[in-house]
Amino acid sequence: MFKAVVTINFKKSILDPQGNAVYKALKSLGYESVRDVRIGKHIEVNLDVETKEKAEAELKEMCDKLLANPVIEDYYIEVSEVEA
Amino acid sequence: MRFGVVVFPGSNCDADCYHVVDQVMGHPVTYLWHGDKDLKNVDCIILPGGFSYGDYLRTGAIARFSPIMDKVVEFGEKGGFILGICNGFQILTETGLLPGALIRNPSLRFICKDSYLRVEQNETPFTGKYQSKQVIKVPIAHGEGSYVADKETLEKMEKAGQIVFRYSTSQGEITQEANPNGSARNIAGIINEKGNILGMMPHPERCAEAILGGEDGKLLFESLINWWQGGKA
Amino acid sequence: MSRELWKEMGLTQEEYTKIQEILEREPNEVELGMFATMWSEHCSYKTSKPVLRTFPTEGPRILQGPGENAGIVDIGDGQAAVFKIESHNHPSAIEPYQGAATGVGGIIRDIFTMGARPVAVLDSLRFGPLKSKKSRFLLDGVVAGIAGYGNCIGIPTIGGDIYFHPSYEDNCLVNVLCIGLIDQKDIAKGTAAGPGNPVMVVGARTGRDGIHGCTFASEELSEDSEERRPAVQVGDPFMEKLLLEACLELIKTGYVVGMQDMGAAGLTSSSCEMASRAGTGIEMDVAKVPRRETGMNPYEIMISESQERMLVVPKQGKEEEVKKIFAKWGLEAVVVGQVTDDGFMTIKEGEKVVARVPAKALTDMCPAYTSEAVEPEYIGPAQSYDLSTLPEMEDYSQTLLSLLGTCTIASKEWIFRQYDHMVGLNTIVQPGSDAAVLRIKGTNKALAATVDCNARYVYLNPYAGGKIAVAEAARNLVCSGALPLGLSDCLNFGNPGKPEIFWQFKEAARGMSEACLELETPVTGGNVSFHNETKGEAIYPTPVVGMVGLIKDLSHVTTMNFKKEGDIIILLGENKDELGGSTYISVIHGLEAGNAPEIDLKLEKLVQRSTLELIKEGFVTAAHDCAEGGLAVALAECCIAGNIGADVNLTDGIRGSSLLFGESQSRVIITVPKEKIDAALQRLKKLEVPYKVLGNVGGKALQIVGTGWKLRLDTAELEEKYREAIPCIMNS
Repeated sequence: MFKAVVTINFKKSILDPQGNAVYKALKSLGYESVRDVRIGKHIEVNLDVETKEKAEAELKEMCDKLLANPVIEDYYIEVSEVEA
Repeated sequence: MRFGVVVFPGSNCDADCYHVVDQVMGHPVTYLWHGDKDLKNVDCIILPGGFSYGDYLRTGAIARFSPIMDKVVEFGEKGGFILGICNGFQILTETGLLPGALIRNPSLRFICKDSYLRVEQNETPFTGKYQSKQVIKVPIAHGEGSYVADKETLEKMEKAGQIVFRYSTSQGEITQEANPNGSARNIAGIINEKGNILGMMPHPERCAEAILGGEDGKLLFESLINWWQGGKA
Repeated sequence: MSRELWKEMGLTQEEYTKIQEILEREPNEVELGMFATMWSEHCSYKTSKPVLRTFPTEGPRILQGPGENAGIVDIGDGQAAVFKIESHNHPSAIEPYQGAATGVGGIIRDIFTMGARPVAVLDSLRFGPLKSKKSRFLLDGVVAGIAGYGNCIGIPTIGGDIYFHPSYEDNCLVNVLCIGLIDQKDIAKGTAAGPGNPVMVVGARTGRDGIHGCTFASEELSEDSEERRPAVQVGDPFMEKLLLEACLELIKTGYVVGMQDMGAAGLTSSSCEMASRAGTGIEMDVAKVPRRETGMNPYEIMISESQERMLVVPKQGKEEEVKKIFAKWGLEAVVVGQVTDDGFMTIKEGEKVVARVPAKALTDMCPAYTSEAVEPEYIGPAQSYDLSTLPEMEDYSQTLLSLLGTCTIASKEWIFRQYDHMVGLNTIVQPGSDAAVLRIKGTNKALAATVDCNARYVYLNPYAGGKIAVAEAARNLVCSGALPLGLSDCLNFGNPGKPEIFWQFKEAARGMSEACLELETPVTGGNVSFHNETKGEAIYPTPVVGMVGLIKDLSHVTTMNFKKEGDIIILLGENKDELGGSTYISVIHGLEAGNAPEIDLKLEKLVQRSTLELIKEGFVTAAHDCAEGGLAVALAECCIAGNIGADVNLTDGIRGSSLLFGESQSRVIITVPKEKIDAALQRLKKLEVPYKVLGNVGGKALQIVGTGWKLRLDTAELEEKYREAIPCIMNS
């Protein structure tokens, strides 16, 4: 069994209204050091495949097809082996 | 002209679109179930507003994989008329039939109100009955209606006259204040290059009867039917 | 049985003993859990029942009174309106978004359970003043929650009312009214009739959500309520949309014997209430209930409050048809048991019986409590406070602007903009009017609906305040051109164990009953929410009235906006020199004192009847009820909505503050076109209703001239103050 964690974020060029709102909120709480906030999605997928490579390849396909929208989002996949 | 309104799980303007075609326009209309693959020989497909699949993951992302959508894409590519309203517009961008994407309103709030639109392009089957630059009042109701696309795409659409509606003031000025959702270049509705697929965030079906406060949306349906009848003649 | 367990579950010694008597043995844990939830105030109305029985509940239009999932009124042509109001106060105070969202979801289920298609939602909300961060947080979350659920499921939120007062600071009120439409032949009831018929659980899977939500709702909020957050359920409007469509499709087949939503006390309440209504029993196996979590025991399954589930009793042999319809909508439908003729709830886990209790014992045998009622000490001094000594404000214009900028009076656009109030293509009067109006497609009729309660009046004089709550709701409907048909009430009070609170409750109900009788608006059901207290301090007594009316002809639909230059403004009713309980003395003088405004139900009825007559006869171009802020605010609202001014002369020999800002009841402003004025006045004389011609519509300013004073403000200035107040606070 493999567990894939997919992180999806807006592309740098896309305005992230949620991130902006949280950025302002953090500033108003006094966190002066905050420079930027981006809010994305965290998706966990468990797969029953033989190899890590296979898991990664499948996940990439899933991202391109459904999980992310290439027009506005970038994604990052991390795969690790887990107990079945 | 025969219309088909696609019903996805979570569609909620399907009955409204059906009502307008049937009761206001007096044309035949049928529902198309998301799980079917039969377009029932319709001439125009409406992808209605709502929250298909609860808007989960991304608006329109899951709906585009419904069995019927393969047929809808095929239909559109062959030149069939498709009108995507609100969630329908979001689905059309997810399928790639229309460029760009729709993201959350900068206010992070759902907005339901009348909006003014300027008709930027009246040489389409959907807008022939509007005057060029006519200002119309059409309600919006969405949380994720901010249109985005890269600069190249926007330029290309501008040149090709694909931008059909822009949010404007009641006087027809395109200003930031008139833009309710931060859409790029105040874009409220766009059409594909071939001119047979229109996507728009505002709801023309909500202003097709005087009793509901306006009839500006009715002209869109009239335009389409007029084009269709002219084409047949 | 350990003493701690039944105590922990919120039962009293008396109740525990009664359970032992009924069963003639010790109850086990599952049985005890079932009794505890069913005998909680929330489900049993044990404290309120004797008072609720005094409400008039019958009338020629009433098809279904209290006791079912929702009330039903006849609207002619074989159609009916189904409606009910319910509270979700405590969950919303703890987790505003989900609390409000699941409140909306719950009441919508009550409506489609009856077979009706829900067509509108209205909300009655109460918060602390918005200067507090907590109140802003609660308002923001509650509005987003209502929007999140209602918009997604596609039922328009078309109106409501909202007040801000310190007594709600930590205990906000979220009351939701849902209205549905049905053909009378399709009405479904929550009965489990016909022994042998299968019992099915449909919709979402069962998890550990909201275990003991109804006992939670029946106690005061305390510091550690926050820690009990798991009691708050999470709503899934998408799932409910599917459930709604599947249930309505199922009802059309005629296979349904009975159906009930699983609300508070989940599977326990839905099953025993259905059996009890039919005089039957139910045997079911909890092991067959589809679950979302592993390791759930029978006790948890029986009392879970997971959302978006229903219990359906179809006709025997139709199980597969039911499953097919639900499968089409991507939902599960599972047979978990069957109707029996022994009157017992027999709960099994596999072959093992884990609980066996008479259904009626759970629904009907809870001991009723007649609490002591004592007039609170504050009443005397408050009512006898001498308001005639208050200094008269010099600048009435400034006072009017201050009132328009008060959150309770100011425009609520910031709120209803977030609600999809148009979906369904029926909303013909937008939120912000006296009442919301929905056309009924395919007919020339419309429904009007409103929610109302001025709790300050109820606090100062519960009896009069109760009457006014009903009268104002009816008046709002009349102003929109509707004949009021019936009401659903949501009675929000503090801890009824306190004699002062119970007195407020009894008195308010007494006033409401009288008004219901006089105005011919029976009570069709509702909800009681007690224990709205924090740190021992109760909220203002808030018996919210949700009322539905029928507009017989679309041409009768009337709105409040002044329309045409030259229209004559007429006031029906009487101006009195009274300021008690007014927003004016609260905002300007910082006082919550005086007696509630007088209310003469005979006059009220006459004013309402006359208003409706004139509307029907085509005299009226605008109508608006005088409420918070008095005559001046009412006139200003008509001007703002119409974007036009008015010239008004007030000749009553009453001091300016009372005349302009006093909240005398039974007053309606109407406008009549100049050419019809003579006929209209004749008509009013014939109706023998008191009236005054106030002036005429026109210009760009509202001008009111009295004896020795003048108020004049540009409409634009009124509007800015009125529209900016709430956004200014919430968007900062």
